[in-house]
Amino acid sequence: MPCPPETSPGRRVPPLASVGPWLQRFGIVVGLVVICTSLAVMTPNFATPGNTINVARQISINGILAVGVTYVLLTGGVDLSLGSVVALAGVVAATFARPGEYPVFVPILLGILAGGACGAVNGLVVTWGRVAPFIATLGMMTVARGLALVVSGGRPVSNMSPDFAQLGGDLAGVPIPVLILGGVAAGSWWFLANTRLGRYVYAVGGNENAARAAGIAVGRVKLFAYTACGAMAGLAGVVLAARITAGQPNAGIAYELDAIAAVVIGGTSLSGGVGGVGGTLLGALLMGVINNGLDLLNVSSYYQQIVKGCIIVGAVWLDRRNKQ
Amino acid sequence: MPQVPQSPVPLLDAVNISKAFAGVQALDDVSLALRAGEVHALMGENGAGKSTLMRVLAGLHSPDTGEIRLHGRRVAIRSPHEAMRLGIAMIHQELMPIPDLTVAENVTLGREPASRLLGRIDRRAQREEAGRLLGLLGADVPLRRRMRDLSVAQMQTVEIAKALGCNARIVIMDEPTAAISGHEVEALFRVIDTLRRQGAAIVYITHRMDEVFRVAQTVTVLRDGRHVATRPAGELDEERLIGLMVGRELKPMFAASVEDKESEKGRRRQQPPPATTRPDDAAEVEPVPLAVRGLGRAGAFHDVSFEVRRGEVLGLAGLMGAGRTEVAEALFGLKPAHCGAILVRGKPVRIRRPADAMRCGIGMVTEDRKGYGLVPTLSVRQNITLASLRACCAGPVVRHRREAAAATAGIRRFHIRTATDRQPVGQLSGGNQQKVVIARTLMAEPNIVILDEPTRGIDVGAKREVYGIIARLAREGKAVILISSELPEVLALSDRLLVMRQGRVAAELDPSGTSQEEVLKHAMPA
Repeated sequence: MPCPPETSPGRRVPPLASVGPWLQRFGIVVGLVVICTSLAVMTPNFATPGNTINVARQISINGILAVGVTYVLLTGGVDLSLGSVVALAGVVAATFARPGEYPVFVPILLGILAGGACGAVNGLVVTWGRVAPFIATLGMMTVARGLALVVSGGRPVSNMSPDFAQLGGDLAGVPIPVLILGGVAAGSWWFLANTRLGRYVYAVGGNENAARAAGIAVGRVKLFAYTACGAMAGLAGVVLAARITAGQPNAGIAYELDAIAAVVIGGTSLSGGVGGVGGTLLGALLMGVINNGLDLLNVSSYYQQIVKGCIIVGAVWLDRRNKQ
Repeated sequence: MPQVPQSPVPLLDAVNISKAFAGVQALDDVSLALRAGEVHALMGENGAGKSTLMRVLAGLHSPDTGEIRLHGRRVAIRSPHEAMRLGIAMIHQELMPIPDLTVAENVTLGREPASRLLGRIDRRAQREEAGRLLGLLGADVPLRRRMRDLSVAQMQTVEIAKALGCNARIVIMDEPTAAISGHEVEALFRVIDTLRRQGAAIVYITHRMDEVFRVAQTVTVLRDGRHVATRPAGELDEERLIGLMVGRELKPMFAASVEDKESEKGRRRQQPPPATTRPDDAAEVEPVPLAVRGLGRAGAFHDVSFEVRRGEVLGLAGLMGAGRTEVAEALFGLKPAHCGAILVRGKPVRIRRPADAMRCGIGMVTEDRKGYGLVPTLSVRQNITLASLRACCAGPVVRHRREAAAATAGIRRFHIRTATDRQPVGQLSGGNQQKVVIARTLMAEPNIVILDEPTRGIDVGAKREVYGIIARLAREGKAVILISSELPEVLALSDRLLVMRQGRVAAELDPSGTSQEEVLKHAMPA
């Protein structure tokens, strides 16, 4: 593969960024600033504290999913089961969140565990079973959806304790889902930049054979990535259930695609090894701002889908062009 | 007379070409004239700018300044496609055929003879055309065979035939003999000669001195991105050429390391290594670092047995496909052996993956830098520390300062030329990339070091450095296994030489008492 050297003289790569994605991040930051400024000019309601919090709340679920799937995309894999795992974790959590039955941490933990288990199965099928990630997680997409329907009996699981529903509420004026996203993102950013396992995730995605020849247990690294991704999808499912105060077996359809879109807009390469959580967060933010802006501009939701699709492809196209 | 017949107007004239990457001047005001019917060797250490210059001609890079004239007319080459249209073809270092298509399909790729209606491909015409082109080269390659079943040399021939089919007048070959051996090289030289006599201009990049004088009529030397000299090959000899390449006169290549090794051998004879001199231990009691008994893997090698001692360089010689790399891969766990035993310090060990081998103190510099060596997306620093990241960690957390210090130590120790340790490793020259792989392997402090073709595709200066490193490893008491297809190299550096043939050990020779001819005699299939 020919690697034309990047042409940015005097570039200083920050110590924590593995592959100098600053240029790409810079591009998306410019895009964000331009869009936010125009929205602020065009609609009076955009640049208000209330709307800012609103946008943050709207991106929190997609953000958590996107951070999780960043791990998998960095190893060069993909996870299509996220939306179904969200639904499964939601109904599992809701089932154990009836008032007066268990302390609130039980449904939360079980939801995350359900997601993590799905992720671990994905990881095993990919590494041990040597099934292509696309196929393995496509299978899980259907299996997890079916499990969600089985657990819930096909009906929404409502009647949850106020303690649990509080998870979708506010803390000191900030939505708790936003705090959770912040925690997950900060933790993942630190983890990928500062731990051995984090480095191995990049190495496996960059050149799997070389990573193996360097003594890295490639299978375990991938298994970790899928499990972490599944657990975060589980967390997203728990938060979603709390927000809508029900475990919906039909929730989360096509969520995985939005999450992958956010990661890719954020500059993470689908072939692995390049990118990171910072970009993912910006990608999720960009998608959220555009959705919110179109709402404020009273654009019909039919058109919103068209715009979103164009943005996803356009952002990646621009990114490729900048890199050349 | 304004023009001498020997020097017609150049077919292609690259004038004052400059090109910079990330502030590094890769080419600085370089000119090159290619004439019809001439093989023009382009020489220089890695990083001298040879490949960049060729990529400019092939339309992969556009020059910052300077111009390219074809038949005296100025042209802009913006893409490989345009280069092809102008009659410039590049045979890449890493060949890019389509493995599942047949020879005939690959030769005619992009110009398939097809019916006007619906574009149905006329298979017979396709085979005839491919056969005609291969015939022009005097080559015999089965037309219906799939590319993946061919040898590297045959693939090269197919690529050249493909270039011919596009009416290429200028053929650029980047180290075409790097991955082929013996009679295949001869066949390639015949093809090149045919091509030349048909009036093509050929640029030939190589690191092998003997080849230059065999095939080239003109030699251009680049150094640090600048043009150093262009001379008729007849006016040069090996020493003068190396002098031009490195900018200083060199003693014959192996002098330093061989002297070291000779004095080392003498020292060892007089005074055995300290570990074996303990009074109670007979010399045989200390177990050898690595012994292999009856090792085999179906279809690759059989019944391979040998030992490597402390402070010894064991050379493995043989033709391509003799099973040398496969034995190394088995020892390092990349492709585990099926039967036989590996004993490390006398104890049998099971090696099923590289991590197992590393735990046993085995390190390997793999043959295939791109495939099994480097992670191109990581920085120089991260590549150096990848195999021993644990040493730079407190628990699971990477200590960045400790890691930087370790990487910097490696960069200094092996003279890796890089702007900073944070530079992406893919931007380094081949020789420096190889030194990164060596630095990574040795950072784990292995007792047994396997080097598989450690000097392939790297320049003269880097080669000398690698020879020095090998001598130093032996001096430090490591057991070294050296695989090399360059016989002078493996003869000069080894203490003992095993010759492999068709997956078996054919002979054990004393390098100081043998000749290249004798080694080849054992290596050739009977």
